[in-house]
Amino acid sequence: MPGTNSPFLAIDQVTRSFDRTVAVDRVSLDILENQFVALVGASGSGKSTLLKTINRLVEPDAGTIRFDGEDIRQGEPHALRRRMGYVFQGIGLFPHMDVAQNIGIGPKLAGAPIGSGRVAELLELVDLGSDYAARMPHELSGGQRQRIGVARALAGDPHLLLMDEPFGALDPVTRDALGKRVRELHDRLGLTSLMVTHDMAEALLLADRILVMEAGRIVADCTPGQLLAGEGGDTAQALVAVPRDQARALAGMAP
Amino acid sequence: MNEILEILFGLGGKLAAHVVLAAAAIALGIAVALPLAVWASRNAAVSRIALGFASLVQTIPALALLALFFPILLSLRAVFGEGLPTLGFLPALLALALYALLPILRNAVTAREQMDAGVLEAADGVGMTGWQKLRLVEAPLAAPYIMAGIRTAAVWTIGAATLSTTIGQPSLGDPIFAGLQTQNWALVLAGCIASAGLAMVADSLLGLVERGFAQRKRWLVWGGLGVAVAGVLLSAWTLRPAERGADTIVIGTKSFSEQYILARLIGSQLEDAGFAVDYRDGLGSAVVHEAVTTGAIDIAIDYTGTLWTNQLKRDDNPGREEMYRALSEWERETSGTLVLGRLGFENAYAFAMRQDRADELGLRTMDDLARASSRLTIGGDVEFFRRPEWFAVRDAYGFDFARQRNFTATFMYDALTGGEADVISAYTSDGRIAADRLVVLEDTRGAFPSYDAILLVAPDQAGNTQLVSALEPLIGAIDVDAMREANFAVDRLEDKKSPKQAAADLAERIGL
Repeated sequence: MPGTNSPFLAIDQVTRSFDRTVAVDRVSLDILENQFVALVGASGSGKSTLLKTINRLVEPDAGTIRFDGEDIRQGEPHALRRRMGYVFQGIGLFPHMDVAQNIGIGPKLAGAPIGSGRVAELLELVDLGSDYAARMPHELSGGQRQRIGVARALAGDPHLLLMDEPFGALDPVTRDALGKRVRELHDRLGLTSLMVTHDMAEALLLADRILVMEAGRIVADCTPGQLLAGEGGDTAQALVAVPRDQARALAGMAP
Repeated sequence: MNEILEILFGLGGKLAAHVVLAAAAIALGIAVALPLAVWASRNAAVSRIALGFASLVQTIPALALLALFFPILLSLRAVFGEGLPTLGFLPALLALALYALLPILRNAVTAREQMDAGVLEAADGVGMTGWQKLRLVEAPLAAPYIMAGIRTAAVWTIGAATLSTTIGQPSLGDPIFAGLQTQNWALVLAGCIASAGLAMVADSLLGLVERGFAQRKRWLVWGGLGVAVAGVLLSAWTLRPAERGADTIVIGTKSFSEQYILARLIGSQLEDAGFAVDYRDGLGSAVVHEAVTTGAIDIAIDYTGTLWTNQLKRDDNPGREEMYRALSEWERETSGTLVLGRLGFENAYAFAMRQDRADELGLRTMDDLARASSRLTIGGDVEFFRRPEWFAVRDAYGFDFARQRNFTATFMYDALTGGEADVISAYTSDGRIAADRLVVLEDTRGAFPSYDAILLVAPDQAGNTQLVSALEPLIGAIDVDAMREANFAVDRLEDKKSPKQAAADLAERIGL
């Protein structure tokens, strides 16, 4: 829209194929600053691929992406990635580095290493004590590891947080707690967040805006309220039906 | 036991040479394998080709690989000039480094393939450049596996380095090869103990480094590496004064007693004339001739019949004098090598039998043998039945033996006394013919070519009149009985003499 601020993240006609499968098919999308956007869809719908084109872990075949007004292809990929937090299902803590080194790796690469005070602060953001700083990744539980993963993603003060099924491998209790924590941090730190998930309930509970993907295209772009009100089309409603039916069944079982 | 200890203490120089050679080969192997592994981890085709090549190299026997570098380096002289060494350290280094390649490369590539995909994605995700990813993530995670590969390579290389003796590089193989040929088992054992001990020490030091990497204990890494490097540097330092001057005369020998004895005889003759002398013992039979004609060694003893067949590729027999004359001319024309003269004895093939067996069968000549051959077993050394000499005598006499058996030269005589063979292809200068009281059957048809021992001088020393005049007293001076006695003094099991002692006795006997 002319006259308003340009969007924080502007995706324009992005396409990416693997062999003969079109994973992302001419997707255009604007994300405004401070939005928490969930990208929902079945496996193979192209949501992870779309996310990874933003930090250039996947390069698009066609289309452009602008981040904070700037074409992301202008600099080196590693410089771009240092300005974005990235959390993913595999977590990928470096097994030969302790927690403090894992958290501080991004700033260190950027030439501005952080001290133990900042490490403690970041640990606190994810509800861990400063005594975790000296531990090695193999000494931690899965939930603790992903908390470190989130702290690592936030260490470089990014404004954009990219999350690819971030809680997919966690048990339901940990998953719920960490999800809420990430939403709090999003609000407190003024982040713009983009989260890929196949779990519509998670998306409905955490996000401001939900995009539904199918066969490489965005088929619905709604708020949680609109989706719950029955908008967004058949694919979106089929996804919403799952948690809704579960909730009804559970309500029916209540004594 | 004391004898072995005594020999072990005398092996310092060989040990130092062995350490420096093996360390250099492993270092070169690492220097090639690691960049190759990095490239292979980024390109599947490179990975396939590199691993395929390294595996192929591994299937070549180490002895053959070492020997192959001689012709390779010889042909590379066209590019790098005549100064390129074709024997000794360089070919040994290259062959062993190739051998060391596979375990290092395979472990590095496997470590990279097994690496957690999530960790690698995180390395990209946090904004590492390709180089940072390699240095901060891939290298430290692969280090323990690479170190395990280096350990394997070190043990292999130290073992295989004993074979570099055959291409003229001093190593712990020197006592092993010399001992095998002269049946001096103390020498063989001492060489094996020293090289196995060295391998174990290297393995445990590198094991410390590997543990240090796996447990992230830096002091273990630096401690293990420090001691290993200090050992290599110390070895290199002790070798420094042993470096020979440019005017040292190098005498090469094949790996049997007669060659060792004659080399010492020539060596003491040259030392008396004021030359500094060095020996390259136990060279492969084919290597010796190439070595002397290309100047890699200065002096060699060879045999007319051997060169006639192997170098001139002739299978006719023009007679003793004509063969010597044609051979001398051929050497002068093809390479400028000087055939200084004949030493005076032959080391030819001859069929030998036990006295009692020959009497029992009534055999005196090879014609007699041919008539009885269908009931007899013949023993030959490992190559005899594939040599043109065998085909020549077989066809000349019409031999049709009941059985043919191969033995190593040493065990061939034992087979004869033990009755496992009725007749063997003995060597005429061998002391065991007299010692075992064997009968040599007369070659009435002259079917065996002659094997006059001849003295070869490398082309660049052919004009050295001082050298030539120091050697001339040896020409025609050694008759076959004198040579047999000297050979037997070294070969026998009781009261053995060293080649040097036997050479001194021989010099006295022939009046030098």
